[in-house]
Amino acid sequence: MDVKKLEQIKARALKNMGPRAVETDYGKERTVLVCGGTGCTSGHSRKILEEFKRRVAEEKLDVKVIMTGCFGLCALGPIVVVYPEGAFYAQMTEDHVAEVVEEHLKKGNVVKHLLYKETVSEDGGIKPLGETNFYKKQHRVALRNCGRINPENIEEYIAFDGYKALAKALTEMSGEEVIGVIKASGLRGRGGAGFPTGLKWEFTKKAAGDKKFVACNADEGDPGAFMDRSVLEGDPHAVIEAMAIAAYAVGSDQGYVYVRAEYPIAVERLKIAIGQAREYGLLGKNILGTDFCFDIDIRLGAGAFVCGEETALMTSIEGKRGEPRPRPPFPANKGLFGKPTLLNNVETYANVAQIILNGADWFASMGTEKSKGTKVFALGGKIAHTGLVEVPMGTTLREIIYEIGGGIPDGKAFKAAQTGGPSGGCIPASLIDTKIDYDSLTAIGSMMGSGGLIVMNEDNCMVDIAKFFLEFTVDESCGKCTPCRIGTKRLLEMLTKVTEGKATEEDLDKMEELCHYIKANALCGLGQTAPNPVLSTLRYFRSEYEAHVKEKRCPAGVCKKLLRYEIDKEKCIGCTACARQCPVGAITGTLKNPHEIDQNKCIKCGACQEKCKFGAISKK
Amino acid sequence: MSKKCTVPFSGTKEQESELRSALSLLKNKEGALMEALQTAQGIYGYLPKEVQEIVAEEFGVSLAEVYGVATFYSQFSLMPKGKYKIGVCLGTACYVKGSGDVLAQVEKLLGVSAGEVTPDGRFSIDATRCIGCCGLAPVMTVNDDVYGRITADGVAAILAKYKD
Repeated sequence: MDVKKLEQIKARALKNMGPRAVETDYGKERTVLVCGGTGCTSGHSRKILEEFKRRVAEEKLDVKVIMTGCFGLCALGPIVVVYPEGAFYAQMTEDHVAEVVEEHLKKGNVVKHLLYKETVSEDGGIKPLGETNFYKKQHRVALRNCGRINPENIEEYIAFDGYKALAKALTEMSGEEVIGVIKASGLRGRGGAGFPTGLKWEFTKKAAGDKKFVACNADEGDPGAFMDRSVLEGDPHAVIEAMAIAAYAVGSDQGYVYVRAEYPIAVERLKIAIGQAREYGLLGKNILGTDFCFDIDIRLGAGAFVCGEETALMTSIEGKRGEPRPRPPFPANKGLFGKPTLLNNVETYANVAQIILNGADWFASMGTEKSKGTKVFALGGKIAHTGLVEVPMGTTLREIIYEIGGGIPDGKAFKAAQTGGPSGGCIPASLIDTKIDYDSLTAIGSMMGSGGLIVMNEDNCMVDIAKFFLEFTVDESCGKCTPCRIGTKRLLEMLTKVTEGKATEEDLDKMEELCHYIKANALCGLGQTAPNPVLSTLRYFRSEYEAHVKEKRCPAGVCKKLLRYEIDKEKCIGCTACARQCPVGAITGTLKNPHEIDQNKCIKCGACQEKCKFGAISKK
Repeated sequence: MSKKCTVPFSGTKEQESELRSALSLLKNKEGALMEALQTAQGIYGYLPKEVQEIVAEEFGVSLAEVYGVATFYSQFSLMPKGKYKIGVCLGTACYVKGSGDVLAQVEKLLGVSAGEVTPDGRFSIDATRCIGCCGLAPVMTVNDDVYGRITADGVAAILAKYKD
């Protein structure tokens, strides 16, 4: 394989892309794309794919049926897109396939009642996907190939300039020049902390040592985040190519991808992609006819959140307990197996090839002053369009939630957005116009994190949410350092007291003090950021904490111990069903007369409410 | 980790030779202990002391080191799992949509808690981390079947599908 051969493959592959190669004119060949991301696969998209293939073969239709990565609109999955019309079918089932084949594929009539409603315009025509609210404000760089190419076919990646950046780096640039471009682009680490990527590369290059490693952090442990998974599932070669470019720049010949074992589809596609890259001579010895040699090994995690921390991740790759260690020395000087190691996150890598191809200025033209480019967010929680979005840095939270995300369902009010997972914080409704970038989020007590964005409405109790995250960190604390191991446990106990109505105002002050203590003293990022969910909710939702403490009341009606079950005397007909159901005999009353609950005896199990056929029992 | 395993070890000679031959390929690879334990768990379904001893012996490391790694990572289990492995996702997206109530209902119906297995060995329950299909929240899995947008009331109907 050399550069000329790569160009030939590209020309050949581009023709095969048919109408998906929008910038070319390769005919009107019909193509069916079926999403093979985890969300749609869970909705049985594989069966839909097989059903399309079976029917197309049976009817001998000249139609390509291709599995792709994530389209982003997971809430409407399984998703099927048919070209050349670009018809976007949502919430497909196996049973719908026959109709699409019969009407659309055979007769050319788009089946409008199965389309995503927003893509049908008022006059009955089809709106291009790019004009819908969900996609309009998005700008796809890291996700550019997701939902466009078949991730299990390297030629489809090559068709859209795949491995061209690697060829450019190897044949036209020195390692220093590559690092110079990455530095000038302003790219910062997408894993959470936002460290300048180019600097990290430079440190690793300058580090003394004959053997160096390049590693990829794909241990996306932040609950509710699935950006990296989608990149690996939809465009694994983008990560492989970028790791090769990084290896060339810093002088490494061996790479490792550390990926969560909970992502079986991503692992499988990555394995296939690495195999194909080796087969095409894009990994291995003398890549593209140069002296550069590089190969990649996959290491599976086994379910430990702390392994997303860089030093813990490296210890885990070495096959040990994934405990972090103090820095310095930083991995750039002493990382994997004691050698200089460059570690970047999946999404960071997914930007690299585009920066090399389009230049630092192109990338730096997107985003804000200190945060360049785009960011992928995984939208989840109480939002209409759960899914994956990529927007330029500096987009406001309001735009993401209300325009792209489609707002809060069921007419409920927006209460808070949580970013940064267990390390981040909650952003209240009053700050919804914040332009999102690394620095603005840190300034308001949250953090960018890897990109999970969970939306909460009026029914969510912020104390309960803080407790949820603390339970997570207590569970995931590796136990090595005391501030994290014992501090987070004590903090959780205090929070539990609050949710049970047993805390005093003094406890709230103590909690805050403990938070600052843990932040200042914990060994690694997990512990240092663990108090953030508590601090940010205390900062913006103190009145809710105070309601738990002073009034022994949970305003959102979530904290069970503070609930009161009451019988509406107007609705109760005195059937005695609830009194017979109550396990502790807290309900009294006589036949055909309204009953009453003794609050001192009630254990808030809710059994009476379930039993009542007349809706007379409510919880407050 | 304090939960005691009461099920006696019933590994076969075939399983042991399969494990030993897999380990012989791994033992010279740098940092392959986790991969070894993943392989072992794939063969036996869990990692009882007897299996950890084989791994320690083949790798030439102490049982303490193997046990240290096996207990650090949540995917390694020292107890056998049920024939039907139930996972209730407690990731943030599922949690804010009520997966805590779903888990409570599963525990109530089966009479065992998360991390345990029913006495007849049919069901085991795990509270899992985010499995990544947040669009379907709240989510519960039974072996490879994924059930999305479930409510506590719907749990009984799902469990009823796994009778045999």
